Amino acid sequence: MDAKAKVGIVLIAIVLAVLPFVLAQVGTAWVRITNLAILFCLLSLGLNIVVGFAGLLDLGYIAFYAVGAYCYALLASPHFGLHLPFWIILPIGAAVACLFGVLLGAPTLKLRGDYLAIVTLGFGEIVRVFLNNLSRPVNITNGPQGVTLIDPFRLDGFSFSKSETLLGLTFSGPIKYYYLLLVVLLVVIVINVRLQDSRIGRAWVAIREDETAAQAMGINTRNVKLLAFAMGASFGGIAGGMFAAMQGFISPESFVLVESIMVLAMVVLGGMGNIWGVIAGAVLLSFVPEILRYTVEPLQKAAFGRLIIEPEVIRMLLFGLALVLMMLFRPAGLFPSKTRRREFAAGEQH
Amino acid sequence: MEVFLQQIINGLTLGSIYAIVALGYTMVYGIVQLINFAHGEVVMIGAMVALTVIGSLAGANTGMPPVVIVLAGIACAVPVCMAVGYTMERVAYRPLRGAPRLAPLITAIGISIILQHLAMLIWSRNPLSFPQIIPNPVFEIAGANVSGVQIAIISLSALMMLGLTALVYRTRLGTAMRATSENPQVAGLMGVNINRVIASTFVIGAGLGAVAGVMVGTYYGIAHYTMGALLGLKAFSAAVLGGIGNLAGAMLGGILLGLVEALGAGYIGELTDLCHVSWISTGLAERCAQDGHVVLMGSNYQDVFAFLVLIAVLVFRPSGLLGERVGDRA
Repeated sequence: MDAKAKVGIVLIAIVLAVLPFVLAQVGTAWVRITNLAILFCLLSLGLNIVVGFAGLLDLGYIAFYAVGAYCYALLASPHFGLHLPFWIILPIGAAVACLFGVLLGAPTLKLRGDYLAIVTLGFGEIVRVFLNNLSRPVNITNGPQGVTLIDPFRLDGFSFSKSETLLGLTFSGPIKYYYLLLVVLLVVIVINVRLQDSRIGRAWVAIREDETAAQAMGINTRNVKLLAFAMGASFGGIAGGMFAAMQGFISPESFVLVESIMVLAMVVLGGMGNIWGVIAGAVLLSFVPEILRYTVEPLQKAAFGRLIIEPEVIRMLLFGLALVLMMLFRPAGLFPSKTRRREFAAGEQH
Repeated sequence: MEVFLQQIINGLTLGSIYAIVALGYTMVYGIVQLINFAHGEVVMIGAMVALTVIGSLAGANTGMPPVVIVLAGIACAVPVCMAVGYTMERVAYRPLRGAPRLAPLITAIGISIILQHLAMLIWSRNPLSFPQIIPNPVFEIAGANVSGVQIAIISLSALMMLGLTALVYRTRLGTAMRATSENPQVAGLMGVNINRVIASTFVIGAGLGAVAGVMVGTYYGIAHYTMGALLGLKAFSAAVLGGIGNLAGAMLGGILLGLVEALGAGYIGELTDLCHVSWISTGLAERCAQDGHVVLMGSNYQDVFAFLVLIAVLVFRPSGLLGERVGDRA
């Protein structure tokens, strides 16, 4: 690593360390939004393993997020009267999400990729149907009302939801979560980078580029694909658990198809298979709704005197457009990885 | 027995709608090996356009007989959906022919999101009630009720299936379509204009989807901008059940899926009534004595059946009921 890169890393580290306090000056809401953006980075990195590395289109990714979130909510809330510590629940959530991933992937992964897309789409919907209806005859998920009063992360009396003052700085709940999320994100990035260069990572890429050839080279394609699917699912599960703890409340409404599409759009925008690109895509798209809220609303009110198109709708239209335009004009993403660009270019010559 | 017959009739109605939508999926898949994710949205747009036309004609006191108004609704919905289908193919799929398979799947998702939210902008985010202007007489057959709308849906679907079969097996366009699905390169060499054939496949599928949209709207009496997603998923399951790419398969799969869903919804409550096994715990026995039923899964799980069918088919017979096994084209 040369000196320039070192300076760059130190600068980024300083900016990230100071960021929440600057944001807190503007408003605590912005810290929360940043936290959600980091959460979406985690989700996109998880989906990136499935879609980007292994080339499997997963349209129900948010279901694994939901599984993780509900695991946390049910094991740490007054709903069942259970209050397990988070470091036990997060692995449980990841394991359960992983199990769901394997159950879903096992029958479908040996088939052509498009089947997987539609099965995962269905799976996402089914999970929501179950979350909505598993309140009778035995109340498990509390139905559409969702689970409330979920415990925040707590470690020996140190709670992540309370405000504390240290060295004259106020560490509010969201700011503490920010640092925690940042650490988790860092760990996940390291795992991803290491995975990418590992034997498994190369096997994924080989399958993505040509499954038949990969198989001929001795890769057990089904197992390796299953591994990608399970790994992506467990990352989703962990992110879900953190989401539940941060929000303190979850309901099936948070886990609709649109959320899956949003995470997919983040991965596609950043460039499938490109870790840094995906993070950039996630950050970019996480802030779009906020930017729209502060620009489009006043603009429309100024121009027409009332709100004609809600920012939410514009956001969805933009996501849809992003998916189409990216595939048409920059299929390898805004920030393409080298091999990915070559692959898409080669594809067009057929 | 009456419940059984009633659910059979409901299932046939639902099934013929699924079959018509499934045809749209299977035709496109057969010819370009692409799952047209946005097909459900085309069906939704068909329902919405028809709703608008029927609503305004019925409200304008034109004195037209109701049947003519409904036909006018269909006549407007079909070309609109065809135009949507054509544009979709031109903009989002054709430029990506030959690109990695993931690419058109992702544009399809994008198109579907765009169509949904455009529809929401045009027709509001709330469910709209579909104008019920045709008198809907109810006949009683062996204790089961059959409504006029159900008869109309079933017979219209049968007619369209016949028409499509004739188109595919009796006309020049149909021959070209079959040739293109066998092998596009060779068909091109034989003088088939592949682009035109593929575009017509999308257009025909969209036209069928439009009619299906009107049928769904009339049957449930409601239309919503998100109605296409679940319907599309179910119809796709039907197409896979019958063997994707196979016309007769899509029809068979649709009807079967409709029957499974209707019978499932009719009987799942009874089947999962825990009171059959009330001996397993005294608490359960008490609740049974009190309420009579402790239903584990009610008919609100109806939407799950299509998905279970899809998984089961993929596990046990991935090529579907009538499909043949094909290897990956290199």
